Amino acid sequence: MDEGSVPVAEDPARRRRVHGMLKLYYGLNEEGKAPEQPESLDPCDINGPHFDPELYLNKLRRECSLTELMDQETCMVRQIRSLDSDMQTLVYENYNKFISATDTIRKMKNDFKKMEDEMDCLSANMAAITEFSARISGTLQDQHAQITKLSGVHTLLRKLQFLFELPARLNKCLELQAYAQAVNTHRRARCVLQQYSHLPSFKGIQDDCHAIMDKLAQELRQKFRDGGSSAKDLSECVELLLQLDEPAEELCDKFLSHARSRLESDLQGLEAEIKPYPSTATKDASAHGSSSATAPGSPSDGSPKSSSLPSPASNTDILEFIDRGCNEFVSSLCLVITSYQELFINHAQKGELASKNIPQMANGKLHAFVDDLAARYFMLVERRIQEEKGVGDNSLLVRALDRFHRRLQAVAKLLPGSAVPNKGTEIVIRAATERVKQYLSALQSFYMDSLTDVRQALATPRLSVAGTSVAGPASGRDAPTSLPELLSSLSASILNQIKSVLASVHLFTAKDITFSNKPYFKGEFCSQGVRESLVVSFIKFVCQSSRQFCETAGDKGGSTPPALLLLLSRLCLDYETSTISYILTLTDEQFLVQHHSPVTPVTTLCAEAREAAQKLLNHYVKVQGLIISQMLRKSVETRDWVNTIEPRNVRAVMKRVVEDTTSIDVQVGLLYEEGVRKAHSSDSSKRTFSVYSSSRQQARYAASYTPSAPMDTNLLSNIHKLFSERIDIFSSVEFNKVSVMTGIIKISLKTFLECVRLRTFGRYGLQQIQVDCHYLQMYLWRFVSDENLVHFLLDEIVGSAAHRCLDPAPMEQSVIEVICERG
Amino acid sequence: DAAQMEDDAPVIYGLEFQARALTAQAAETDAVRFLVGTQSLKFDNQIHIIDFDDENNIINKNVLLHQAGEIWHIGASPADKAVLTTCYNKTSDSRVVSCAAVWRMPSDWETGNHESPDESAHNPQTLELLCHLDDSTHGNAACVLWEPMGDGKRVISLADNHALLWDLQESSTQAAVSSTATLEGKGQLKFTSGKWSPHHNCSQLATANDTAIRGWDLRTMRTVIFRTFSCCLNSHRSWVWSVRYNHSHDQLVLTASSDSRLILSNMVSISSEPFGHLVDDEELSEGEELHQEDKGKEPLKDSVVSTYEEHEDSVYAAEWSSADPWLFASLSYDGRLVINRVPRALKYRILL
Repeated sequence: MDEGSVPVAEDPARRRRVHGMLKLYYGLNEEGKAPEQPESLDPCDINGPHFDPELYLNKLRRECSLTELMDQETCMVRQIRSLDSDMQTLVYENYNKFISATDTIRKMKNDFKKMEDEMDCLSANMAAITEFSARISGTLQDQHAQITKLSGVHTLLRKLQFLFELPARLNKCLELQAYAQAVNTHRRARCVLQQYSHLPSFKGIQDDCHAIMDKLAQELRQKFRDGGSSAKDLSECVELLLQLDEPAEELCDKFLSHARSRLESDLQGLEAEIKPYPSTATKDASAHGSSSATAPGSPSDGSPKSSSLPSPASNTDILEFIDRGCNEFVSSLCLVITSYQELFINHAQKGELASKNIPQMANGKLHAFVDDLAARYFMLVERRIQEEKGVGDNSLLVRALDRFHRRLQAVAKLLPGSAVPNKGTEIVIRAATERVKQYLSALQSFYMDSLTDVRQALATPRLSVAGTSVAGPASGRDAPTSLPELLSSLSASILNQIKSVLASVHLFTAKDITFSNKPYFKGEFCSQGVRESLVVSFIKFVCQSSRQFCETAGDKGGSTPPALLLLLSRLCLDYETSTISYILTLTDEQFLVQHHSPVTPVTTLCAEAREAAQKLLNHYVKVQGLIISQMLRKSVETRDWVNTIEPRNVRAVMKRVVEDTTSIDVQVGLLYEEGVRKAHSSDSSKRTFSVYSSSRQQARYAASYTPSAPMDTNLLSNIHKLFSERIDIFSSVEFNKVSVMTGIIKISLKTFLECVRLRTFGRYGLQQIQVDCHYLQMYLWRFVSDENLVHFLLDEIVGSAAHRCLDPAPMEQSVIEVICERG
Repeated sequence: DAAQMEDDAPVIYGLEFQARALTAQAAETDAVRFLVGTQSLKFDNQIHIIDFDDENNIINKNVLLHQAGEIWHIGASPADKAVLTTCYNKTSDSRVVSCAAVWRMPSDWETGNHESPDESAHNPQTLELLCHLDDSTHGNAACVLWEPMGDGKRVISLADNHALLWDLQESSTQAAVSSTATLEGKGQLKFTSGKWSPHHNCSQLATANDTAIRGWDLRTMRTVIFRTFSCCLNSHRSWVWSVRYNHSHDQLVLTASSDSRLILSNMVSISSEPFGHLVDDEELSEGEELHQEDKGKEPLKDSVVSTYEEHEDSVYAAEWSSADPWLFASLSYDGRLVINRVPRALKYRILL
């Protein structure tokens, strides 16, 4: 059968097709979903579910030819065969699976049977166990209660034993000095004993214990009192005593009084160093004096004072003193504070003692204690600081103060809220303020000493300055110690001194100094202390002391040499123009002054300096003018002008006046600028005087002559004012040579005029005045700002002389000129 | 009110001659009257009697001749209006001599003036000499001081270095030296001026020579005080020639200077009643009040009240009126006499 061969040949494909057909048959497509072919509704579809063989057969019969039917039939048969064969294969395959499944099921049936048996056995066993357990519980019930009771009794017995053994144990502890253990033990028993003290036996024990503990407390107290033990021992001691209900207050007091005696010995040691030795006082004074005397040049050479003088060895310097204070007193104090706090405050805070307010009480006592001792310490320190009067070296003091202040910070840390550090700061502040005062007075005395030096320098070469015997502008130029040199050296030495003082004071604000960051040292010290109290005060002092030279009158009047007045006036003027602002800028820069409080402005000081300079210069003019005036006055007063001989010469006094004026001119020229002059007329020196008075006089008398009766006074005085130019003799001068010379000459000539008016002249007297005035005219015009002033005054003099002349016959101008040319 | 406070303008009187001598007529307590003595080497010197009519603000004058010489100092008797002293220079034989004398004005100088005002200027009457205050040993009188508020019987003359106390007798026609004092010292010392104190029974005299001041006790004629000038009035621009305090209100001080200014100062520091007007602070004008504030409650400071600039030449003399304590006169060398009043504001401050 070749049909059979076909399926073999096409086996895989065929099998698939068979599968597919089976699937189709069972309504499954390949994805397992029902096929939804539309043709499947066709009853003629042989593969469809609605296949109607009758219809199909009829259809075939109707439609197909015979051959086609034959072919159809063959095909059909072949398909049926193949389907049968496929079916056979499937059946065969499934059969094998059925067989193995049946085997497995049979085997499981057997196994379950066995398990059931075992479960039965287990439940039987469990029932047995439950029964046993119930029975055991029932048996043990009453025995358990008994055991608990026995155990309680055992504990009680042990406690009782502890109590009975307590006295012995405590004694033993006492012997071994195991105080802590004793106290601990006793403490544990104390409450019980207290509770059962109504029982005689317990009472006995309690009494024994009390006796022992009293003894123990005694020993502890003794130990505490001896104080020789270490801090740790002591602390233990106190702790135990506290636990023994020893009153804490008493303990604190005892502790502190212990400490006090030690600290007081420190203080006494310190005090011994500042015991006022008589030799110390003199030494300090002389050191102070020498430092200010030797100060020019080297301001800080007051430091080797201790070596230069035989000093008692005990008088240590301030740094050593403070060191000692810090190392002995302050450190001891800190130790006391620490251990005290450890004992009474920190410790007590933990235990039940805290409730008794012990820490507060203890703290209060400690503060009082520290305050009291610190106050005494501060007193000593202040006394020692007050001894520091030499201003040579400030660094020692600053370092000492720094150390002093620094060490107090330890106290501040240990004892927050204590007033001690603040008081310490106050001491530092006071010391600094005092220091500033000392520096001010040192500066002041330096300044006065410098002035004395200048005075001496002025006095020594006086001969050569004043003794330039030749009249004329060329003389006197080579004065040995010249005023400008003196001025610049004075000015420089003052400035140096100020700088060195500033540097010294600056130490107070150095960064590495602990107290420099205190608000006082950042603010008030800089502004009120250094700037105002030191620098500004000094500048004011310079101005005021300068002005004092002008206020001397009468017997003291002649004491200030005119050259010094001139020099000081220039000094003050320089201060006004530059020095003051320089010094203040320097100060402000160095001290970074932030002015919270109002400070003296530069302008005020400058105004003061200018005023002083003005006063000095005015006074200089007055003094010099009066010196010349005096010469002129004597020369007019002491002569018989009525009976004098015909003038042949210029009087010597006039030459002297011109000489002196010239040397004054030179002197002033050394320090002051030339100043402005009005242009000279071509014949300044050759002006003539009309004897019968100047135009002014004529105008004046013309007015006066007219009415001897009341008139329109206002109009009259106004007319007069129009014509008159008033000359202020003692008026203020400007800061230049010409103005100064004008002032001096005005005073001199006005004196001359007034003196002439008091005398009566003969013919030759008048002529002598004419000659003298012409001579003055020849030389004086060049010194003044406006030569007309000299003309005017000399005019007045000659006019007044003519007026007071019994026989006014003036001398020929040419003769006058000849006499004056002859000199 | 401001208009009321405005002060009257000064009254000016011009003399023909230069003049240094000025005094108030001390015995006259009703009329404001000043005496001025002239200085002329060529003409007869005169004494001008200046009457000031306060109400009408005008001046009446009378002139008397003083033919003895130029007048350097003049003084009026405190008791007799008609009696006065002068110190004068007499020139003879090219010698200048300083003399002092007591004079009497002619009794009808006032009436004569009224009858023929024009003539009086042209034909002035002459002073009657009562007596000389010179003796052979003492000459060169610088000034003569009447005993203040006295009976016109005692004068002191300062001559060179002597102070002479004279008793005037026989209606001042005779003078006798009752005691003398001499200034001892180095050099040629000379009294330049002096004042007889009205206090302490007129037993004190102050004199000046150069810058030295002395106080004398007239009962013993000894120096009791010696000072050199130690206080100065710095307001003037030149020398001060005359200082006069007001006899009623002694804090008011007049100073005359050769800077041709007259200054009225309120010198509280020398006042005999320095706190007398402190209560009147609120009556000060605003400006003054500001001025006061910075002094707080301290006593007032010495201050310049006003400066009078009517003069053109050195002012050598200033005097308070003896009749009106608020009036004063000043005399400059060029012969100008100026009469001024204390500013009303100050006057009321002192009075009220």
